[in-house]
Amino acid sequence: MKLSVVLNEGPYQHQAADTAYHFTRAALAKGHEIYRVFFYHDGVNNGTRLTTPPQDDRNIVARWSALAEEHDLDLVVCVAAAQRRGIVDESEQKRHGKDANNIAPGFRISGLGQLIEAGIESDRLVVFGD
Amino acid sequence: MEPSPEEYEGEEYAGGVVKKFMYVNRRAPHGTVYAQEALEVVLIGAAFEQDVSVVFIDDGVYQIKKDQDPSAIGTKNFSKTFRALEMYDVEKLYVEKESMQARGLTEDDLNVPVEVKTSEEIGRLMEEQDVVLSF
Repeated sequence: MKLSVVLNEGPYQHQAADTAYHFTRAALAKGHEIYRVFFYHDGVNNGTRLTTPPQDDRNIVARWSALAEEHDLDLVVCVAAAQRRGIVDESEQKRHGKDANNIAPGFRISGLGQLIEAGIESDRLVVFGD
Repeated sequence: MEPSPEEYEGEEYAGGVVKKFMYVNRRAPHGTVYAQEALEVVLIGAAFEQDVSVVFIDDGVYQIKKDQDPSAIGTKNFSKTFRALEMYDVEKLYVEKESMQARGLTEDDLNVPVEVKTSEEIGRLMEEQDVVLSF
């Protein structure tokens, strides 16, 4: 089955961030296709490479990046939600004259249209959050 | 600032597939950002010409309450944007009867024309959907 995942909550704050990852991994292991993972609301915070969790804890951002590399996943961070919360890639940095960027490897910033398109193109859109 | 339809014209979708999309607004308009960001999804989604309905249940019914003024808490009064949905051809707005009654609201308290439906009716509508996004 062709699936897309939506993650609406931030890492460490909310179980949804973990569950979305475990679901995605399990779906891939079962042979399903993940068309896209879309990060919205505080979910965009899953895409900052500047996160530094304690060493004895899981690294939620790094494990998304690793999964993306392994399976060529499309991890999309919503641009409007990202701008509000300070998630920045190189082009956003230039566009808004910021002094840094922080997007993690494997993630890209794009519009909400990517969420709608994922809903249209996928057999199921699975949403994680409250 | 309210987004204009022109602002979203860049996001056109040429795939030709039309699915049933339902946006479910469950939360109060202020206090969290969910309601405001949900409305942004509905507006962007409109450019994709899908079969869209928007539902207001639980505290979500407050999102379309008339005469909101959040100026004292310094947040944006985006309730006016719901009135623009018609311009985007988003015309199926449903409000759950039970949620409205529990909060002492009637249709006269709302700032957009809606269809009032029972919880059961909304449940049946949900079953017909291809995509349900709940905020």
